[in-house]
Amino acid sequence: MRSFTYERVSTPEQAAAASAKPGAKIIAGGTNLLDLMKLQVETPVHLVDVNRLDLARIEDAQDGGLRIGAMVRNSDLAADSRVRQRYGVLSRALLAGASAQLRNKATTGGNLLQRTRCYYFYDVTKPCNKRMPGSGCAALDGFNRIHAVLGTSDQCIATHPSDMAVAMRALDATVETVNAEGTTRAIPIAEFHRLPGRTPDIETTLQAGEVITAVTLPPPPPGRQIYRKIRDRASYAFALVSVAAVVDTVGGKLRTARIACGGLAPKPWRVEQAEQALAGAPASVASFDAAASALLQGARGHGGNDFKIPLARRSLTAVLTEITRS
Amino acid sequence: MDENENERSAVTRRVVLEGGAVAGALLLTGLPQGAHAAATEAGTDTPIVPVDVSFQVNGHTHQMRLDPRTTLLDALREHLALNGPKKGCDHGQCGACTVLLDGRRINSCLTLAVMHDGQSVTTIEGLANGITLHPMQAAFIEQDGFQCGYCTSGQICSAVGMLAECRAGMPSNVTEDLTVSHPEMTAKEIRERMSGNICRCAAYPNIVAAIQQASGEPA
Amino acid sequence: MEMNKPVGSTPLDVAQGIVGQPMDRVDGRLKVTGGARYAYEMKQGPDTTYGYVVQSTIGKGRIKSIDTRAAEAMPGVVLVLTHLNVPEQGTGTHREAHPVLVGADIVYYGQPVAFVVAETFEQARAAAFLVRVSYDRAKGTYALKDRLSQLRVPTGAADPADSAVGNFEQAFAAAPVRLDVTYTTPLQSHAMMEPHATLAEWDGDMLTLHTANQMLNRGQAAVARTLKMPIENVRLVSPYIGGGFGAKLWVNADAILTAIAARKLQRPVKTALTRQQVFHVTTHRSDTIQRIRLGTDANGRILAVGHDSISGNRPSEHTFEGAAIQTRTLYAGANRLTRHRLAVVDLPVASSMRAPGESVGLLALECAMDELAEKLNIDPIELRIRNEPSEDPEKHIPYSSRHLVACLRQGAQRFGWDKRLAKPGQVQDGRWLVGMGVASATRGNPLLPSKANVRLDPDGFATVRMAMTDIGTGSYTIFTQIAAGMLGLKPSRIRMELGDTDYPMSSGSGGSFGAASAGSALYDACIALRAKLADAAGMDAASARFADGEIQADGKSKPLVSLVVSGAMDADGEIIPGATLKDFSQQSYGAHFAEVGVDMDTGEIRLRRMLGVFTVGRVLNAKTARSQAIGGMIFGVGAALEEAMTLDPRYGYFVNHDLAEYHVPVHADIPEIDAIFLSELDPAANPLKSKGIGEVGICGAGAALANAIYNACGIRVRDYPITLDKVLAALPRQV
Repeated sequence: MRSFTYERVSTPEQAAAASAKPGAKIIAGGTNLLDLMKLQVETPVHLVDVNRLDLARIEDAQDGGLRIGAMVRNSDLAADSRVRQRYGVLSRALLAGASAQLRNKATTGGNLLQRTRCYYFYDVTKPCNKRMPGSGCAALDGFNRIHAVLGTSDQCIATHPSDMAVAMRALDATVETVNAEGTTRAIPIAEFHRLPGRTPDIETTLQAGEVITAVTLPPPPPGRQIYRKIRDRASYAFALVSVAAVVDTVGGKLRTARIACGGLAPKPWRVEQAEQALAGAPASVASFDAAASALLQGARGHGGNDFKIPLARRSLTAVLTEITRS
Repeated sequence: MDENENERSAVTRRVVLEGGAVAGALLLTGLPQGAHAAATEAGTDTPIVPVDVSFQVNGHTHQMRLDPRTTLLDALREHLALNGPKKGCDHGQCGACTVLLDGRRINSCLTLAVMHDGQSVTTIEGLANGITLHPMQAAFIEQDGFQCGYCTSGQICSAVGMLAECRAGMPSNVTEDLTVSHPEMTAKEIRERMSGNICRCAAYPNIVAAIQQASGEPA
Repeated sequence: MEMNKPVGSTPLDVAQGIVGQPMDRVDGRLKVTGGARYAYEMKQGPDTTYGYVVQSTIGKGRIKSIDTRAAEAMPGVVLVLTHLNVPEQGTGTHREAHPVLVGADIVYYGQPVAFVVAETFEQARAAAFLVRVSYDRAKGTYALKDRLSQLRVPTGAADPADSAVGNFEQAFAAAPVRLDVTYTTPLQSHAMMEPHATLAEWDGDMLTLHTANQMLNRGQAAVARTLKMPIENVRLVSPYIGGGFGAKLWVNADAILTAIAARKLQRPVKTALTRQQVFHVTTHRSDTIQRIRLGTDANGRILAVGHDSISGNRPSEHTFEGAAIQTRTLYAGANRLTRHRLAVVDLPVASSMRAPGESVGLLALECAMDELAEKLNIDPIELRIRNEPSEDPEKHIPYSSRHLVACLRQGAQRFGWDKRLAKPGQVQDGRWLVGMGVASATRGNPLLPSKANVRLDPDGFATVRMAMTDIGTGSYTIFTQIAAGMLGLKPSRIRMELGDTDYPMSSGSGGSFGAASAGSALYDACIALRAKLADAAGMDAASARFADGEIQADGKSKPLVSLVVSGAMDADGEIIPGATLKDFSQQSYGAHFAEVGVDMDTGEIRLRRMLGVFTVGRVLNAKTARSQAIGGMIFGVGAALEEAMTLDPRYGYFVNHDLAEYHVPVHADIPEIDAIFLSELDPAANPLKSKGIGEVGICGAGAALANAIYNACGIRVRDYPITLDKVLAALPRQV
């Protein structure tokens, strides 16, 4: 871990100003940042501690939705009675992530900014365009069992590791930010994470000195909610594939469906055509398969992760079968 | 460097007394000054600027001046000689470092000590009441919930934190009905909730039995 | 005593007392209060400095240049060691010596190339990243499969590489039923919870190493040889060890680097490998490619059994994974062939990991038996019973004790084996396809030389000293029970002092030999002390009873303390392995039963319940023995379903070198598991009549799961671990 100077701030604007300095980084839960700093994957020269910011509340929004402070811990968000009753998919996704200890520390804002678990990203002696632009991608021809099959580029095939973000994507969450001048911005979660393209090192649309203050959820969509995570062990492992689904079924037909997937892409993956294919369709394997085809349009494996394509298809079918069961 | 500067930059270290884990009578000392000279090669590192921090550990207040890179785990182990919390992976992947921060279980390896000014930490050393073991500790012995002992402090602190979470009605990934305010503490629930604590000796069935035993007793 | 013939009746038979009881661990209180101190924890404070290893980032080649100036200029740095400033060191195989930083050659990825010592851990770690090394890269060969054309026959190991009885090729070719299958097992890491750690202190020419090490006397010799010191100037101390599983059998780089630095600095230095470093700096289990050929008659009686195993190791090492060893003795059959071959790979040293040989050998053999049973349409348990030998089929000597069939039968009854449907894919529970599997367990029962001293003090306490270790197995507790039982004292009156080479030489812990070897030495010491005490009491040692703190004979009794009022009395004991190792075929046995579920949509595989039934001679502590067995079984669950180090042959390194990506079982993976022991005594094994217990639990466990997976979904995966991607393609269509 490189040495750094440490500063504790008490307002989001202060955090924004402090984090705009070259080499500065915000630390919230620290569960991902310190992990990376010990390996010198992250080398901030200045740490801005936001743990004392008054951003740890979950409030009812006027539109019937929910406003989640950026510093709300993952465990508190998962346990909130409103989230459990109205946004079960989010509670489930959070509880499927990491361990209880990590969830007690990790924050809503920090979770959105989690960095990939790619082995080569984690090893500073290996080429990685995300960590060191222009150095190459060791995963493309390397061990890529956990890597992405959608939304990749020839520069990077890393996945986004969050479970929480996948559920939030299905729920059409909005990320609220503020900068040092106090200017706020609301970023739809669909636009928050970027695909790697030619700049895999730029992972979000946050600007320098812009700080996440909250995530807002619109009123809960109608229907049932499921989060299903498929992984190599029963707990405490990252997703190979995950599915967040919110489906409204009436009389054996799907009225609306929202489906977001994790483990497949550099960002939570949601495809409009897949959901359109399901709207009004009968609850049948044929409908689900058509939706899976739309969602997986353009999916491409890289050897080790080829299995993720059939796994995603089968997982989607299983989730949709379960969620439409009367 | 004048004396005042020396004073300001001296990171505190504590001389460990025989027997280790007793707080109270520890002495404060400074490191040799050479340890804090600014980096000589331009651009290689930011000078170490020590930070004052004060927090409670097992009921005792400790004031320290720390290299801000010091994790809570290393502060406990290397500065306070509380070696109960273990370093198994130093990356939040094993749970051996689990302590209770203001009553909640966390991985002490993945947080900086300086982030916890004014807070309260409970380690395995703080669970027993004098010579009377905490019911969870006693149950771990009775059920043989450990072998090598290296994950044990973390398992026990985690189990204590877990029961508090259960009392607060927190759900888990295997909770069938999220809307139930206080899910029943089945073996399956315990296993899921304890999955952040790896035991390579694999005392898992005995740990679950110990937690079941201890949860029936007042903590 | 020398173990030349089976022992007759012993004091433990007559009045076993505390021995065997499910006594709580005597070190339990220390471990649940955080008071047990491990190597790294023996010292903190301003005088202690911190070491951090710098590793090579190539797999093969030479250091072109190494620049330590930036690191040395960092705050707090007091020393940087490289190959340019280390003393000359002794050499040998990894079991004999561990020279570090010996030259510019890089022979494996992650090899230490420098060692940074600073006032604080934070400073050492930061400076380590500033050691700049440039390399001339050479082409290495890292993957086993890339060296199959250049295999060599390993020599110099305790077990011969090959064995042959009868004419295997001919008998196999002529057998009415034939099975010829190849299994592969992956590179594995011990992944004990405590990374290797050492604290070194010098007092003049005397070196004390607090180091996480399983076999302190072997370690002491290796340190002395490496540092070219008289052995008596080296002391290893290791009262508590955070797991070993073979990873800490031999001295590792942390110990030698730390010792060299401490001498140069004349200050204590301590070093813990990071979890990531453990994967490359220390040893691992080699991957294997195993071909099994079984030929039987129409009734399933084995006519020919062949087991060929290929494992890998460095050019300098001859240690091979003895995956076919158990095949020499497990089942009957007149024509037999086992062969081990070594592929030379440029990886870190491959060495022993929990149950070296059987652990992965049975993953192959016991699955092959399951495949054979299906082919023959015979129940897998019945097939094994039909091939129960009456004597060791290769050595033609009797078994010391063998109750495999009883284990299989008892287990079948308790597990409900009769409910298993032979045809796969027939049982469904919700979205789970459910199946059952069985496998035999066997593990060789070694005995090593070991010594002990036991002393009775005037305060009524007996003190036992051995350079033995407790890596979590329960050594402290079972030896307390043996001493208490033999001397008729309460366990609370025994001071068990282990983990120090200043104490009598001991076998240490490993290979399932610890309890038997050190326990027998302690037994022998107790016999000698009993004789001395009887002599002092004027009683006949042979007929005297030791109970309730007294010696009793002929209706008279004397308190033991009354015999030592004028001074403590002590006695030495020793066990010397003898003829019984050659005259008897010695193994622990057992049977594993597993029920698994395979998710019919996703292929996720989860264990549902498991039972192990074992015979291990005398059980020395029913509680810790069960824990050992269960721990081994869960180790086997990991081997079956999760564990694999993935080699990236471009760099020669293990890609997933941390605990987030090298998966071992977590709580949620492990449902109800039980282990039971059938009553047995083995008089040929050792005077305790016990057999090894630390490893038999893993042996065959994974195969029971693999067979259950097949029974659940009809998919036979011969490439471990069995992860969902390997069954996915063959799962039924979704409807």
